[in-house]
Amino acid sequence: MSALIEADGLTRILPETVPVTLVKDVSLSIDPGEFVAITGPSGSGKSSLLYLLGLLDLPTSGRLSVDGRDCGDMDEAARARLRLDKMGFVFQFHFLLPEFSARDNIAIPMRKLGRLSRGEINDRAEALLASLGLEDHVHKKPFQLSGGQRQRVAVARSLANDPALLLADEPTGSLDSKSSEQVFSILRALVREQGKTVLVVTHDMEMAGRMDRRIHLVDGMLADAEATV
Amino acid sequence: MRLILDIALTHIVGRGRQTFVAVIGVAVGVGFSIAMAALMQGGQDDFVEQLIDTMPHVQITDERRTSKRQPAEDRFAAAQISGLRPPDDRRGIINPTAAMAWLDAWLPGRYSASLRTQGVVRYVGREAGASIVGVDPATERAVSPIVGDFVAGSFIALGAGGNNIVMGDRMADKLGAGLGDTVSAVSSTGLSRAFRIVGLFHTGTTARDEGEAYILLKNAQILSERANAINDIRVKLDDPFSSPPIARRIEAELGYKAVAWQEASEGIMEAFVVRNVIMYTVVAAIMLVAGFGIFNIVSTITHEKARDIAIMKSLGFSQNDMQRMFVIEGLAIGGAGSALGWALGFALTTALASVRFELDAGGQEITNLPIAWSGLHYAIASVFALGSAAVAGYLPARRAARLNPVDIIRGAS
Repeated sequence: MSALIEADGLTRILPETVPVTLVKDVSLSIDPGEFVAITGPSGSGKSSLLYLLGLLDLPTSGRLSVDGRDCGDMDEAARARLRLDKMGFVFQFHFLLPEFSARDNIAIPMRKLGRLSRGEINDRAEALLASLGLEDHVHKKPFQLSGGQRQRVAVARSLANDPALLLADEPTGSLDSKSSEQVFSILRALVREQGKTVLVVTHDMEMAGRMDRRIHLVDGMLADAEATV
Repeated sequence: MRLILDIALTHIVGRGRQTFVAVIGVAVGVGFSIAMAALMQGGQDDFVEQLIDTMPHVQITDERRTSKRQPAEDRFAAAQISGLRPPDDRRGIINPTAAMAWLDAWLPGRYSASLRTQGVVRYVGREAGASIVGVDPATERAVSPIVGDFVAGSFIALGAGGNNIVMGDRMADKLGAGLGDTVSAVSSTGLSRAFRIVGLFHTGTTARDEGEAYILLKNAQILSERANAINDIRVKLDDPFSSPPIARRIEAELGYKAVAWQEASEGIMEAFVVRNVIMYTVVAAIMLVAGFGIFNIVSTITHEKARDIAIMKSLGFSQNDMQRMFVIEGLAIGGAGSALGWALGFALTTALASVRFELDAGGQEITNLPIAWSGLHYAIASVFALGSAAVAGYLPARRAARLNPVDIIRGAS
């Protein structure tokens, strides 16, 4: 099976007065269907690595390919297109667009991709909300939802275009334990039942221990990578 | 594109009060620009119309613009003669019958031939210098508005038989003469003839009212001892704006100076160009000020929506999408302001058109402000408004598009 993500010597240095190295010489490979935790102490470069793998940031050096495509030569529009088509993001905060309802927030990536009709988009958005137990909150705006509900809407939005890869940056970081468990269960089900590849940045070692594999970073460098299942 | 439009509209509707102020700013700019343009264009059109009515569209005189080609130039290829001036030979248009026959054949309009001569008009010991114009009343009526300027008698009476004269009312006042009095006209050659005043006109132009008198063409030829001579042909065209090429054609054929009304009023026409430049500069300045309002709101939105910009980029929106979104926001405000400004401009123009005032010193003539109703004014004001809106939206949009999503997400986290 060919890897979904392959990174070779990824390095990201911020060009400050005193350059700051966020990620240093990271090489890794992630296969389709893997449930991977990225762990490490604060400031170890976990989120920076996730942003590089999600094409939100550009490496200072090193090579990265996603779904067999070399990302080094891609322009900004091509990277945006690849994100739209193949990736979904979940952040620590929901980052829903406040003026739009839960359904419309989920519809936005689908409308941007343009593969479905408006009716199909609404049906899919409502189905995604229902699958996450939010069928009664379709028309609610983000401020009308609880923290856990918002985060589930954010997960639903990340799944809108049926991406192969889900990248989550501390997705349970701002949630209580019950909501955290709900979100974790959803992510795990995506891997187990739909074969998605999910990368989760987390501080929670217990949660990381329940994933397929853990990538541990220290000072931006790969400390070890181990299979946990 | 529809999605970007939806998000853009959601942004500006979400900031109702600021959007309203920005839209009103544009609307006021567009509205006043339209009204100002209608008033200035109206004034200009009115002036030009009066100019066209009062002036001949083309005036042919017995003057030459350039000297004739010299025989040496025809004989020797190397001959170059410079500095020649046309002879000051003002003996009238040579062979006027042929010239008029040629004009009759093709001219899209009417003309009147006349003999203009300088002389003195005398009455009971008083005298006034005069430009005495010999005309054919039948043809003169077709090219001259003077027929309508009579305060006593009429122009037609000139041809009623006998030696008749019509003159400006101020000249008559100067001489102390009135309708029915007999004056004597003395030409520059010293020949004198008696004429009975059959009409007094008042054009409003002092030089004419004080110094112009009309007699029959034949009498003018006798008075100036120039049998069958004419030195002035005045043309009124069906289309006054076709004057320049027609004047050029006449001058090329007859060799005499033919001046179109545009050339004769060149200074005024240039002044209009300068006035229009000033007007559109003011319009641009108004729109620039309105543009700052748009810049302010779009800039505020991009600042407030930095997190949304980052999240939309993470969802797969490109820099171009972001830029387009905020330019659309600027254009939407500019477009709404333009539409409202059209209504305001129409209302202001209608109000200006309804203003009535007394123009004549005697309080007799009631007139309205001259207004030009033109779709072009609406289009130009909107182009200015949308242009400034696009620029005002583009600058913050470019900045927003270049935001690094990672910086914003980290900051928000």
